[in-house]
Amino acid sequence: MTTRTLQFKIYRYDPDQDQKPYMQDIAVDVDATDRKLLDAMVKLKAVDDSIAFRRSCREGVCGSDALNINGRNGLACLADLASFPDGKPIVLRPLPGLPVIRDLIVDMTQFFKQYHSIKPYLINNDPPPERERLQSPEDREELNGLYECILCACCSTSCPSFWWNPDKFVGPAGLLAAYRFIADTRDQATNERLDNLEDPYRLFRCHTIMNCVDVCPKGLNPTKAIGKIKDMMVKRAI
Amino acid sequence: MSHKVTVRKFDAVIVGAGGAGLRAAIQLSEAGLKTAVLTKVFPTRSHTVAAQGGVAASLGNSEEDHWHWHMYDTVKGSDWLGDQDAIEFMCRKANECVIELEHYGMPFDRLDNGRIYQRPFGGHMSNFGEKPVRRSCAAADRTGHAMLHAMYQRNVKVNTQFFVEWMALDLIRDAEGEVLGVTAMEMETGEIHAFHAKATIFATGGAGRIYYSSTNAFINTGDGVGIAARAGIPLEDMEFWQFHPTGVAGAGVLITEGVRGEGGILRNSAGERFMERYAPNAKDLASRDVVSRAMVTEINEGRGCGPNRDFVLLDITHLPPETIMKRLPGIHEIALQFAGVDALKEPIPVVPTCHYQMGGIPTNYLGQVVVPGKRSQNEIVPGFYAAGECACASVHGANRLGTNSLLDLLVFGKSAGETAVEQLKNSPKAHKPLPEDAFAATLARLNRLDTQKGGANVHETRLEMQRTMQKHAGVFRFADLLKDGVQKILAVQKDVQRTEIKDKSKVFNTARIEALELDNLIEVAVATMVSAEARKESRGAHVRDDAPDTPEHPNGRDDTNWLKHTLWYKDGNRLDYKSVTLRPMSVETIALKKRAY
Amino acid sequence: MVNRKIVGAHYGLIDWLAQRVTGVVMVIYTLVVAIALRQGAGANYASWHEFMSGGLMRFATFVFIVSLCWHAWVGVRDIWMDYVQPAGIKLALHVLTLLALIGCAGWAAQIIWRL
Repeated sequence: MTTRTLQFKIYRYDPDQDQKPYMQDIAVDVDATDRKLLDAMVKLKAVDDSIAFRRSCREGVCGSDALNINGRNGLACLADLASFPDGKPIVLRPLPGLPVIRDLIVDMTQFFKQYHSIKPYLINNDPPPERERLQSPEDREELNGLYECILCACCSTSCPSFWWNPDKFVGPAGLLAAYRFIADTRDQATNERLDNLEDPYRLFRCHTIMNCVDVCPKGLNPTKAIGKIKDMMVKRAI
Repeated sequence: MSHKVTVRKFDAVIVGAGGAGLRAAIQLSEAGLKTAVLTKVFPTRSHTVAAQGGVAASLGNSEEDHWHWHMYDTVKGSDWLGDQDAIEFMCRKANECVIELEHYGMPFDRLDNGRIYQRPFGGHMSNFGEKPVRRSCAAADRTGHAMLHAMYQRNVKVNTQFFVEWMALDLIRDAEGEVLGVTAMEMETGEIHAFHAKATIFATGGAGRIYYSSTNAFINTGDGVGIAARAGIPLEDMEFWQFHPTGVAGAGVLITEGVRGEGGILRNSAGERFMERYAPNAKDLASRDVVSRAMVTEINEGRGCGPNRDFVLLDITHLPPETIMKRLPGIHEIALQFAGVDALKEPIPVVPTCHYQMGGIPTNYLGQVVVPGKRSQNEIVPGFYAAGECACASVHGANRLGTNSLLDLLVFGKSAGETAVEQLKNSPKAHKPLPEDAFAATLARLNRLDTQKGGANVHETRLEMQRTMQKHAGVFRFADLLKDGVQKILAVQKDVQRTEIKDKSKVFNTARIEALELDNLIEVAVATMVSAEARKESRGAHVRDDAPDTPEHPNGRDDTNWLKHTLWYKDGNRLDYKSVTLRPMSVETIALKKRAY
Repeated sequence: MVNRKIVGAHYGLIDWLAQRVTGVVMVIYTLVVAIALRQGAGANYASWHEFMSGGLMRFATFVFIVSLCWHAWVGVRDIWMDYVQPAGIKLALHVLTLLALIGCAGWAAQIIWRL
């Protein structure tokens, strides 16, 4: 079986042992069955068990293994090893803009706090009917491109507005979720949801930089969703 | 490093925040009980997220359907090893649970009349096995993702208290056997805490990672099952593992049965639709064990595809591209990512891949853990509940039907939660005191790992276990391989008891976590091998070469001697058996007969 | 006072919309002036004076100046919001910016109607 040696530069920091972060040079042999970056990282961990990173489903639906790969946010389990050129080390860093707990593991508290701040649940105060609430296929289609978010944080941590105001700007992931509920015909809290975002920071710190769209591993478009929220606010105001 | 244990008190502690754990948590939080939900990963990263095809419920939105037909299919699918009271309970509760989920905001696909979209699925038939019926309620091919997120969101609404990235380590039981909570490690700090609770609910999922080739996530290490086994709880029917027919060849990533529900066809190297020979009636939509065995037979007889003739093809190129992009967008993406194939134009290479653990912690349909005792074979373990894949109610018996797993976690997650709420209302105010040696097992395990010198490598030991399971307890089982397998897996177990990690850090030590997970995996592996070796018949997913299809024993099934649940005890590596509940709650028993599709 | 992140000032939309509207106003004015220049309005002082002192043009120039100041106010204030954290200094900068912009607008008006 053909093997290939991959060079890595990995951001390392263990607050328990290290004074400050450093970049570790390490190599690993992979074979033809290793298709994705995560496969190589699992092999790396067999060489050096102290490299810490999150991973779970290895098929791009759980959102655990978001990293900064060669300067770009993405999921390790979806990054093709074949796409990395020979002879150049693969540089792995934690997602930018969030505090590092250890190595490639970041503290996502702030990210989830923003997600929770948009009330990410259906609000419908009518007494629940005995059967399902009806929704036409067209109305349901409005949710496509919104509900598929895996909360990996690739988008929010590539957004300069989020880097600068992670405590006040909801960020692309949270705003995508906000529009997912605004767009749901079963939800009755559109006005409250818009009120909740009517602020110079929470929504309007989006300057349509579109890094979020660029890096989303699920191909979603938070900027478009944010634009739709703005449209609704304008319509409501005039 | 010596460990200090901090004790925290809760009314209830739920271990696991996948589908079952989240569903139970909704029940407890809505009842206003002080509840802690421990989870190794952020809730939406639990493996329920990867379920694709749908959740079964006889809503009858597209055509006539009835819970009794669903029940019949489930009993037949289980090869009559499922407990018929629990199966009736699940099938009757299905509609209510799916409707609730819709009310939580789950984005189900819709029919033109606005009702939930339903698709056909393997083994689900109308009118007691007549022809396939549309019973699987789906959100494209991302049903598990949509469901897990909807349930997490509901929990946010009802203010559930989560302990994210906390790993449960051991069960705390007192002298009377009552369960008083768990010990757990906060992964970020490495600190050990005890969660002292009046109700402990396990919803820790399966242990598919005991096999080398698995559709399961890295986190599916059977933690609850291993913990229960160490605490003296027997494990039920662990020999029954579902091999999903369509894992992407090489990668193991799941391709939903919904693909065949939407019209996908399995083909061998000659391009033949071979399932017509094995299941003339249901064809590609026969039950999973049947399809998996047919595929392996095709491959073994030289009709596999590819340079090594080691996979078959799943073909959807004849379906309209709009249908694929609307109903199976995730599959299109997976095929592209993990097989390098554009499913619109080319068939997808697939092989049977370990997918689901039918057995687990024995429970009744109320979610209470039950063990044989002096008075009955199903005595309740006070304070202990289990639901979802880690539990064995037993509704799946020897083989689970597709879409019944999401239903299982909804129905039994809810019912475990309801039962716990009920019990807590009647329980005394004060917590029972913890026994003096409550943390002894946990601390011994951690100290052993901290101080081990010259031990076994975790990665290699795990690989050895996975290869042993794959070879000795796979899709087809052979008497001699099983016998060897028992010896081999016991040898691996010795290595697991002396694993060593180089990383000694307190902070987010993933090496330590993996070593602790291996402690759980190996319990499941040993239970599986020993239970499989002992069951001298073929039934459902457990098919042996020395129990072939004969007129006396159709499909190799021996109801005279083996219509019973296996119970494996860690202590002494001992087996026991208990009878199958053939009497449903309100209808007639579904009588034993040969299983054919 | 408790130290707590507070958001929800309820003027995000107006500012966002104002920046877009004032932007459009400035683009239109710029185009008009550019066309006039191409047609020789700036050839000498006399023609430029005549062009700029028309009643409609005076009004348009004033609207442009107001738009520019409003647009700049939102933009500069965002910068203070992002980069200056102590509330006292931030408020002082806001006031100074506002005064400077109002001063500019007033001065511009004076010039326009002195023509």
